[in-house]
Amino acid sequence: MTKVSMTIDGARYDDDVEPRLLLVHYLREVAGRIGTPVGCDTSNCGSCTVLLNGLSAKSCSVLAVQADGAEITTIQGMANGEWHPLQQAFHEEHALQCGYCTPGMIMAAADLLRENPNPTDQEVREGLEGNLCRCTGYQNIVRAVMRAASASQGAAS
Amino acid sequence: MTVTTEIGKARARKEDARLVTGQTNWTDNIQLPGLVHVAYLRSPMAHARIASVDVSAARGAPGVIAAFSGADFAAEQGSLPCAWPVTPDIVIPAHPPMATDEVRYVGEIVACVVARDRYAAADALELINIDYEPLPPVLDMEEALAEGSPKVHEAGNKSFVWPFAQGDIEAAFRDAPVVVERTYRQQRLIPCAMEPRATVAAMVGDEITLWTATQIPHVLRFLIAAVLGIPEQNIRVIAPDVGGGFGSKLQVTDEEFLAVLLTRKIGRPVKWTESRSEGNLAVHHGRDQLQRIKVAADADGRLRGLSVDLLADMGAYLMLVTPGVPLLGAFMFPSIYKMDAYSFRCTGIFTTKMPTDAYRGAGRPEATFAIERIVDELAAELDIEPLELRERNWIKHEEFPYTTICGLTYDSGNYEAATAKARDLFGYDDLRAEQQRRRASGDPVQLGIGISTFTEMCGLAPSRVLGSLAYGAGGWEQASIRMLPTGKVEVVTGSSAHGQGHETAWSQIVADQLGVPYEDIRVLHGDTQVSPKGMDTYGSRSLAVGGMALVSACDKVIEKAKAIASAMLEAPPEEVEFEAGVFSARNGSGASKTIQEIALAAFAAHDLPDGVEPTIDADATYDPDNFSFPHGTHLCATEVDTETGFVTIRSYVAVDDIGLVVNPLIVEGQVHGGIAQGIAQALYEEAVYDDDGNLVTSTLADYLVPSASDLPSYVTDRTESPAANRLGVKGVGEAGTIASTPAVVNSIVDALRPMGIRDITMPCTPERVWRAIQTARGGDQDSAAQQHEARQSDRTQGNSPSGIAADNDEAQQSGGAA
Repeated sequence: MTKVSMTIDGARYDDDVEPRLLLVHYLREVAGRIGTPVGCDTSNCGSCTVLLNGLSAKSCSVLAVQADGAEITTIQGMANGEWHPLQQAFHEEHALQCGYCTPGMIMAAADLLRENPNPTDQEVREGLEGNLCRCTGYQNIVRAVMRAASASQGAAS
Repeated sequence: MTVTTEIGKARARKEDARLVTGQTNWTDNIQLPGLVHVAYLRSPMAHARIASVDVSAARGAPGVIAAFSGADFAAEQGSLPCAWPVTPDIVIPAHPPMATDEVRYVGEIVACVVARDRYAAADALELINIDYEPLPPVLDMEEALAEGSPKVHEAGNKSFVWPFAQGDIEAAFRDAPVVVERTYRQQRLIPCAMEPRATVAAMVGDEITLWTATQIPHVLRFLIAAVLGIPEQNIRVIAPDVGGGFGSKLQVTDEEFLAVLLTRKIGRPVKWTESRSEGNLAVHHGRDQLQRIKVAADADGRLRGLSVDLLADMGAYLMLVTPGVPLLGAFMFPSIYKMDAYSFRCTGIFTTKMPTDAYRGAGRPEATFAIERIVDELAAELDIEPLELRERNWIKHEEFPYTTICGLTYDSGNYEAATAKARDLFGYDDLRAEQQRRRASGDPVQLGIGISTFTEMCGLAPSRVLGSLAYGAGGWEQASIRMLPTGKVEVVTGSSAHGQGHETAWSQIVADQLGVPYEDIRVLHGDTQVSPKGMDTYGSRSLAVGGMALVSACDKVIEKAKAIASAMLEAPPEEVEFEAGVFSARNGSGASKTIQEIALAAFAAHDLPDGVEPTIDADATYDPDNFSFPHGTHLCATEVDTETGFVTIRSYVAVDDIGLVVNPLIVEGQVHGGIAQGIAQALYEEAVYDDDGNLVTSTLADYLVPSASDLPSYVTDRTESPAANRLGVKGVGEAGTIASTPAVVNSIVDALRPMGIRDITMPCTPERVWRAIQTARGGDQDSAAQQHEARQSDRTQGNSPSGIAADNDEAQQSGGAA
């Protein structure tokens, strides 16, 4: 067992974990942050995407011990009194149906907009290539990300 | 009188609040005191006798509570049910949830470990020893039918033959000026709902609760009782939030039965969550048919007859509706077209692969693909514009209701209107002109235009029809309205959603029916103790059947409330009117009571008239008297790079007639997602087994579910011919998937037809398209292949160059047609 400590959605967690424990399983089963789901075992689907020190990471592809000392934001840490602009935009643009991919999609989109606050449709499509959705056909996801981008631009200006 | 304020409104969904914030109740999120984890050992052999299983080492491993083999369940596990014995002499082999003496596909469960955590359970699987005696795999349907083929089951490889014929098919083909015959392959698909399956079971006293990622909590509860012999009243099935289904969770699974048996055996709650690669192996697959289709037509293109001979791969066993899926297609091959005769035959065949079953559209996408492909071929054969040929044959709008050659009565439709709108939005004539220019200039990137004028039978289903097709249950749906004393409303539905947005749409319907605020309504579903009756969610049935049940229940609420209102308003019931949530007396007194006031009065029950029950709650069960028939015209333009074989969808227009729209936002989402799944079949996805029967597409790295960058934006619009039911609704869950696959493939073939290419087997990967072009050009494939591979991106898939229809086969002409 190895000691890890990290900050998840603003709270500090200290635990002893097996070195092989995946970060996503640590989040879900040790820390009780169950908002981040698991959709595959080959890091293709992106459902488990979180922000690791501010950058998007597929938490199925990171060991908990590798995240020692890190600051992690999950979908459950996105709302701050009110919903994050991406959460609001996903809702308003009907960018989710079953919602399983949504946590990862929103976290990946957050990182995409951090890197490129004013993307084109095509840049959004390419930026979210690592996140699969089976329900929406992606069109409304693209709309939602564009809407959140312009909402943030509006807020910034 | 109903005042419509909510229906038709593009409301963002109620259910999103928990989904966008990570508060969703997926089955894998469930924690219970004492919960232990199950891992299953699955057969690595496609076909083998199990000589011995030794789980003793696993039992002693750290953290392990128990380990079992099939022998441990043999006395109690029964056989997984098939609810659709399509013919009296159908072969339905025994299907034990855990194999006992023989395995018949890679992925079949042979043993399990129960441990304190999922890692320990997975570790201990490694310690189980199994001796297999290999048997020959059976992988090809035609070879499976050949004499001397190894047998999947003792009874042989043929499960059933289901024939259907209407009209004089011989006369239709005899002396027909044109006959076109083709063979199409519907590749095997993996549904890939984003939520992997998960099941939690717990037994307290004699009550067993099963939480499971299912589309069918009610059907599952009934079948656990009926097959495992557990008293039905002791079983509670809960479908918590379910992350997509597409038919794949319309199943009664090995893992669900075993979870029930395991919790009973070990006396602790158990959880199993599959990995994606486990799911690709062992979630039922879809499609997998070989379609031999033949049309006879007059020289002017009028259809005389249609003949279909289908081979359908059942896989190793018959699961819940495995044999019924191709039959749902049987009635859809004639689609929107009039003809004199139709014959259909389906042979259900066993192979040593994962069983097939319902996948979005279930039989109807397959049928629609074949008819829409061959209508294009007929058009080419006769040199008639393909839209024009369709119009010559389709049912005209003034002919509805129309009884088709299959005996289905289409209640409504307007193919002219949908097609005209689609043509317009698409810029059909301009694209045809551009296509001509590119052909003339020898542009290496050719333009193709694909048409799909489709219909489907939805709203499954009139119970009598299901009975006549030997299905094991009815097709009704249930709804209850509970008027709470504070005037708020609980709506209970038997149709449990897994992404479709029932909580929102049902609220909109009830808000209008009862005249109560949308916000005051909560929709409850997916728990057999909360929603005790239901036939669940599949086949685009929820709105057309479940929605109608809501309306019937609301009628009853209003009727009951009227009796109480009558007393309160001191007016006879026939003098009491109901409009927009208010009962008022027609006697000029101006007195009125809201439905919320009546609900409170019923709750208090102080002053009710004699004989009036102190409640206005009501239940209704609705059995439709017909299917619904959504239709539409989808047009797809593709650019096909003749040097690389790469296909780009340039534009896609979908005009759907789904009757009345309750929530346009939800409808558009359903259409988008449906089209994407159909495009995925056309271009990307295929479950591939190797020669030994191993699934080589067992992960999302090998099985290409398209990403955002692989798919285009869609232009969607609607026309509306109201369905004959009271709401005028038809259903939209499957339309996009049914329509889009032939639209895309027709488009690719249309681009390449001048080269003599008449088919490309799906998925139309760059490699397959490129090889088709090379073959058509008579080029040297091998040396060209080397150059090609250097150029190709790694997103090609498909292990076979087959799928090229050469120009010199199949079509025959026996008359004077061009």
